[in-house]
Amino acid sequence: MQTELFDPGTELTQFSEGLSGVGAVVSFSGIVRDDTGDLQALEIEHYPGMTERAIGKILAEATTRWALDRAMVIHRHGHLAPGEPIMMVATAAAHRAAAFEAADFLMDYLKSRAPFWKKEQRAGAAEWVAAQEHDEAALGRWKR
Amino acid sequence: MIDILYFAWLRERIGIPREKWATEAATVADLIEELRGREERYALAFQDISALRVALDQELSEFDAPLDGVREVAFFPPMTGG
Repeated sequence: MQTELFDPGTELTQFSEGLSGVGAVVSFSGIVRDDTGDLQALEIEHYPGMTERAIGKILAEATTRWALDRAMVIHRHGHLAPGEPIMMVATAAAHRAAAFEAADFLMDYLKSRAPFWKKEQRAGAAEWVAAQEHDEAALGRWKR
Repeated sequence: MIDILYFAWLRERIGIPREKWATEAATVADLIEELRGREERYALAFQDISALRVALDQELSEFDAPLDGVREVAFFPPMTGG
């Protein structure tokens, strides 16, 4: 959890340092997207305390389901500019299937189960981003 | 006394991020009923609870969950992380 800008490349290099017996590293970076060309900023609110607990639980579940050597989540909050990274997940495993699936799982859960709320600031208007039904539905893929 | 927290548009509609509240409500739904009766801004904010989520002591929960022993109740819209 941080407000500061981060560099996904640097983070990925650090994440991958000193791994042994690992054949696959997968990373995903979420970027502040400007669909309309007039986005000034993205404000991300979160629930201090619950955020850390929720991410901890999601990471613990991922490491239970897949044989991961490492897993990482970075998520920003506060004031973000278009084009900046919002968040990043990375996973390391012996084989690619586990690394891909675990990263996908982390993303699906971070979207709908970690207490973040996005607000888009445009000229003269600010609007809360609505949760997408397909994001909630995506969790169904992981039910067992 | 319990701490009640509000986030995102719910926080904006009610006008405060958190407050202490003395309640004997048995469940989250009872607490919401109580809050709705306080002032119009609460009634409006809690008009459609299908648009809301609740966490009890920082764990996602349900509206029929008991409040027994709970210290912190948080209300918020569906989360939009990632």
